[in-house]
Amino acid sequence: MGTGYNKTHNILVLADHLSHTKTIQFNEDMLMKKSILFVCVILLALILITPASICKAAEPYKIGAVFSVTGRTSFLGEPERNSAKMFEEQINAAGGINGHPIELIVYDTEGDATKAKNRIERLIRKDKVIAIIGPSLSGTTMAVIPVIEKAEIPFVSCAASIKIVQPVKKWVFKTPQTDTQAVEAIYLHMKKHGLTRTALLTANTGFGSSGRVQLKKLAPKMGINIVADEVFGPKDTSMTAQLTKIRGTDAQVIIGWTVGPTQVIMIKNWKQLGMDKKFRFYESHGFGSKRNIELAGGAAEGVYAPLGRVVVADILPADHPQRNFVLKYKNDYEKKFKAEVSTFGGHAWDAMAMVTMALKAVGPDKAKIRDYLENIKGFAGTGGVFNMSPQDHCGLDSGAFEMIVVKDGKWALTD
Amino acid sequence: MGRRNLIGILFFSIFILLFPLVGRISAVSHYVDIMIFVGLTAMITMGLSLLMGYAGQISLGHAAFYGLGAYTSGILTAKYGINPWPALLAGIFLSAAVAVIVGSPSLKLRGHYLAMATLAFGEIIYIIFNETVSLTEGPDGFGNIPHLSIFGFKFESILANYYLVWAVAIIMLIFLLNIIHSRVGRALSSIHGSEIAAMTMGVNASRYKIQVFVISAAMASVAGSLYAHYVQFINPPVFDLFFSIKLLMMVIIGGMASVWGAIIGAALITFLPEWLLFLEDFDILAYGLVLLLIIIFLPKGLFSLPGILYRSVTPRLKSRS
Repeated sequence: MGTGYNKTHNILVLADHLSHTKTIQFNEDMLMKKSILFVCVILLALILITPASICKAAEPYKIGAVFSVTGRTSFLGEPERNSAKMFEEQINAAGGINGHPIELIVYDTEGDATKAKNRIERLIRKDKVIAIIGPSLSGTTMAVIPVIEKAEIPFVSCAASIKIVQPVKKWVFKTPQTDTQAVEAIYLHMKKHGLTRTALLTANTGFGSSGRVQLKKLAPKMGINIVADEVFGPKDTSMTAQLTKIRGTDAQVIIGWTVGPTQVIMIKNWKQLGMDKKFRFYESHGFGSKRNIELAGGAAEGVYAPLGRVVVADILPADHPQRNFVLKYKNDYEKKFKAEVSTFGGHAWDAMAMVTMALKAVGPDKAKIRDYLENIKGFAGTGGVFNMSPQDHCGLDSGAFEMIVVKDGKWALTD
Repeated sequence: MGRRNLIGILFFSIFILLFPLVGRISAVSHYVDIMIFVGLTAMITMGLSLLMGYAGQISLGHAAFYGLGAYTSGILTAKYGINPWPALLAGIFLSAAVAVIVGSPSLKLRGHYLAMATLAFGEIIYIIFNETVSLTEGPDGFGNIPHLSIFGFKFESILANYYLVWAVAIIMLIFLLNIIHSRVGRALSSIHGSEIAAMTMGVNASRYKIQVFVISAAMASVAGSLYAHYVQFINPPVFDLFFSIKLLMMVIIGGMASVWGAIIGAALITFLPEWLLFLEDFDILAYGLVLLLIIIFLPKGLFSLPGILYRSVTPRLKSRS
């Protein structure tokens, strides 16, 4: 409408000029000739340039991402953002997807559910992305699911809770392993070694209490007997009271479920009390940082933990299906960001890999991308080998964890 | 209420009515959604500004009242299948009752005891949200909260929720402006000026302060209920101490002495991060800088800006004439 108005306006002005003086008419004639020439040149240029420019700058595929990059949970969001950005860089350097570069738009949620919702609306409405990955937290993910389902956009969450995919939601997928699978991995390992009686030592945090629920829920099903159930606060500086209580029971195993400083304190106390001879110690899947071994100062020796394969990539057997993928990610990440790789960044890496796989196979069609994601089979990512199905939008099982024991201050594989 | 406020409300209502037109411009189409959150926070900050600007008291627990409303509505509707409207009322009564219990002892004392009491209260509520897992599902939060509906009309779309939230907010605004321009408002101003002087004039200072505190708590609770029904999912971090502090910041940035300022503050603090997104990693720095500049150059808040401009312009005009 605007250009139409301008055109008529220009013509009117021109007509006005033409009707005034001869000199102006002469000038206008010149002008007319010049402008016709100009238009011809422009048209010619366009004809020459257009095909080339279409080939060169195909429209980018826009992928949205939201992570808790800052705030209390930045330890999740930062590696996730870094990983997703690194993926974008690598895929664009390799020529994009079917000639289309990808454009990753990342927003920070600060771990806040309200902000996550605002940012997702922005990605859908303003940025018009084809698919969304993230958020980092179960809470922020659950808060945006109604928006995602309404907008009908493929969505791969990087948060842990089993509630995200159970019950199954049409457009919602997730990459991280769940605590259920970690608990299963521990119980299976215990039974293999003929251990059936365990004591629980869990933090009263979101991570700890969720783990405690799963530990208690799965124990009777898998023939495990819980003989003690001790809880501590996330800021506690000693767990000797709880451990002394456990010492009086006939437990064979202690399962500690927490993240942060307490996961080091509890194994230190376990060693100090001389309980390492009688009780085997299992940590949760949150134990996978080499710093924990350093901080424990020798106390970590003999501690077991089910870990994602990202942190133990270099000791995986050469024929392991995940090895190459995981090792490449780990090396690239550590080289680029000069920081130890974490499982969390891997979740975003897997999400990006799946979404781009879908884009490559079916193009930028949201419904088709969703269908593709639902049928991913045998994809060996950093989190495990994914086998999605209409009933399972996570696609991992307890095999996603590798049982690791600390030996000579290093991670070691165990059977 | 005064003619200026009436005109203000009229223009503001027209603005609110027409604002969703921005939804047609793709670059700002998500602003309608953000405006819903501006409306929700404005409901709380308006009450807070009455408490701070007129009763001279600080509350660090309004996020908890917001949470009480949200959790009461959420639990009653999603877990017990109760109609959302009585649930909303239940939230108001619960919040008001809690406000009386928390407010009565601390508001009878002079000084900032309410700030301390509400700080502790906010933490207690936050712990309750996290620990009563059987009721609140703890840190995970819970969803499946239904949308509000009235006479068969369901507030499902963003637009419907936008008009609902802002209708409620404007009703609250009119209500508060009425209070301020009544005997109660004048009594409150006198307490803020000098509590002793007010009391010698026969103003029951503590009773007025408790009333204002309860009103503001009830308003926060309504905002919480509307939040729960709009987002359909609630979890504890939304209602933590940090949000309480953010609410105070909105009131101070907007201008404590006016409920209009509270709305402006809520709008600015909610939209600012959105406008600064283009700075990528530096948005937090810019955010702090903007707030700092406002506090340094406009200590009485954004709402004092027109007055300052007017006063700086009028002498020149006069000298010219």
